[in-house]
Amino acid sequence: MTALLEVSDLIKTYGTGEAATRVLRGLSLRLEAGEMAALLGPSGSGKSTLLTILGTLMKPTSGSYVMLGQDMIAADDRALTGFRNAHIGFVFQFHNLLPDFTALENVVFPTAVRDGRETPAARARGRDLLTRMGLAERIDFPTANLSGGQKQRVAVARALMNSPELVLADEPTGNLDRASAMQVMDLIGQINREEGTTFMISTHDEKIAAVCRRQIVVGDGVVTG
Amino acid sequence: MLYALKIATRYLTANKAQTALLVTGVAVGVFIFIFMSALIGGLAEFILSRTVGDLSHITIEAETDDPSLLISPEGHVLVVAERGRMRTATLSEAATWLPLIEAVPGVRAVSPQITGAGFLTRGAQTAQVSVTGVEPGRESAILDLAGYMVEGDVRLGSGLIVVGRDLADDLALSIGQTLRLESSDGVAAALTLGGIFKTGNGAIDGARTFVSLSTARTLFTMPQGVTRIEIKLGDLNAADATAVRIRALTGLDAVPWTDGAEQLMEALDAQAQTGYFLKTFALITIVIGVASALLLSTYRRRPEIGIMRAMGAGRGFVVFVFVTQGALIGLLGGIMGAVLGYLALLPFPSRDAFEAGTLPMDITQGSYGLAITLTVIGAILASILPARAAARVDPVTAIGQ
Repeated sequence: MTALLEVSDLIKTYGTGEAATRVLRGLSLRLEAGEMAALLGPSGSGKSTLLTILGTLMKPTSGSYVMLGQDMIAADDRALTGFRNAHIGFVFQFHNLLPDFTALENVVFPTAVRDGRETPAARARGRDLLTRMGLAERIDFPTANLSGGQKQRVAVARALMNSPELVLADEPTGNLDRASAMQVMDLIGQINREEGTTFMISTHDEKIAAVCRRQIVVGDGVVTG
Repeated sequence: MLYALKIATRYLTANKAQTALLVTGVAVGVFIFIFMSALIGGLAEFILSRTVGDLSHITIEAETDDPSLLISPEGHVLVVAERGRMRTATLSEAATWLPLIEAVPGVRAVSPQITGAGFLTRGAQTAQVSVTGVEPGRESAILDLAGYMVEGDVRLGSGLIVVGRDLADDLALSIGQTLRLESSDGVAAALTLGGIFKTGNGAIDGARTFVSLSTARTLFTMPQGVTRIEIKLGDLNAADATAVRIRALTGLDAVPWTDGAEQLMEALDAQAQTGYFLKTFALITIVIGVASALLLSTYRRRPEIGIMRAMGAGRGFVVFVFVTQGALIGLLGGIMGAVLGYLALLPFPSRDAFEAGTLPMDITQGSYGLAITLTVIGAILASILPARAAARVDPVTAIGQ
């Protein structure tokens, strides 16, 4: 397998002086293309901070981060924005959909913002993704009219819209009941198997973690297992 | 940036009540802008028409000759022929210039005149008067004499005279009476009172008389030429430029009404400045209103902005979304305010029908296009601060909210 990304000696400190809090303490990690990894660890262990850095939404205090052969630390905001749009998808715990838009409009957002408009091809792919998520009947529904599980499936479809190499999911099932959670995980697993998309899923739930082929345990700012 | 336009439009339509309030606020500002433009413009028109409307907009007077001197070969002044007290200079070539002046663009009427002073006598009563000889048929070319007639007829035939109401009252005159008019040149004529006018201006109504040009020639012993040419323009504001043109065309000393009207011009300028201030305040209100509303929107939509940024929307995209919202609010409010302003001004009388006691609103001076353009520009400027604030939103903290 080839390395999709590799981080070395990541340090992240919030605040300065006496109020400084070091969350990551020299964390190193390598993720192969096509992996489906669960990120485990207690609250405050640095899971969310690691996902944020891997998602290029934040830079570490020090350390290196290379993804698809590109140096993510040296890249400027404009380059990272374009990279994120093309190669990284996000699924958040609270789905974080755009409330004034329909399910389809939410899904096609990453492509539309790249192309400057909603193309018919983008809409067709959005419909296809929502159908695969079991939401064929909800395509044009305002997201406010969807259930929690449906919203999270819309979020997964949106994360996959630009066919990213990496999808980062921060507690994607944390706000769902067991049945909905397993339904979302089944979809993620299916996408991972069929399209080879790499997933890194942060979770506290052992059952969710068990669905993933690799478990990465973070503790006290470093990978412990 | 079609997609940014869609997002901006959706944000505005998502909260219809808030957007409607915001647009209405902008429209009120534009309405005030238009109302003030029409009022200040109309007021200026009203003042000008009342003060200058009955005056000549451009006057050409014969230049008085310098004193004539007879000088000996040794350089001694032998004879000095001083100027007479009364005007005797004439525009002897007036007949040649009149067609040329009439052809100048913007010239509405031209009135060649012979003016002078005299004494009007009826019985034992005498009054000092100014005499204006005008061509029959051009009695109302400058002063709207026909419009001011209260008795008799404005038509100035041979042997007829028209006087002001106050003068007629002073001398107890009535239509058809015979009067004696003796000019400053000592020539007297018996004239029949053909009409009485009342302009409301005491100086005119109490001392001004009108006779035909031929009668004036006799009275002032002026067989040819005139003493002055009065010119009326379609647009009195074009007097300066037209006077320059006539001077260049004829070489005559054409003087616009603005010469010697500095105080009036200063007053009108001060009034216009007041209008600018009021309109500026209206625009500032619009800018503050739009900026505060969009800042509030930016704060409310921070999580969504964070999501957009996470999904690959650049800072420029976010800026464009919010600036477009500002532009749309400005455009909608501007158009709405302009329409409301126009409708509100419709019931007011037109500029040609201004009357004392009513607001002299000039619907044609509403500056509708300017109001809409300035509003859109103001709204765009107002949205830059919120847009920049939105673009600076940290996606990590915003998504976590």
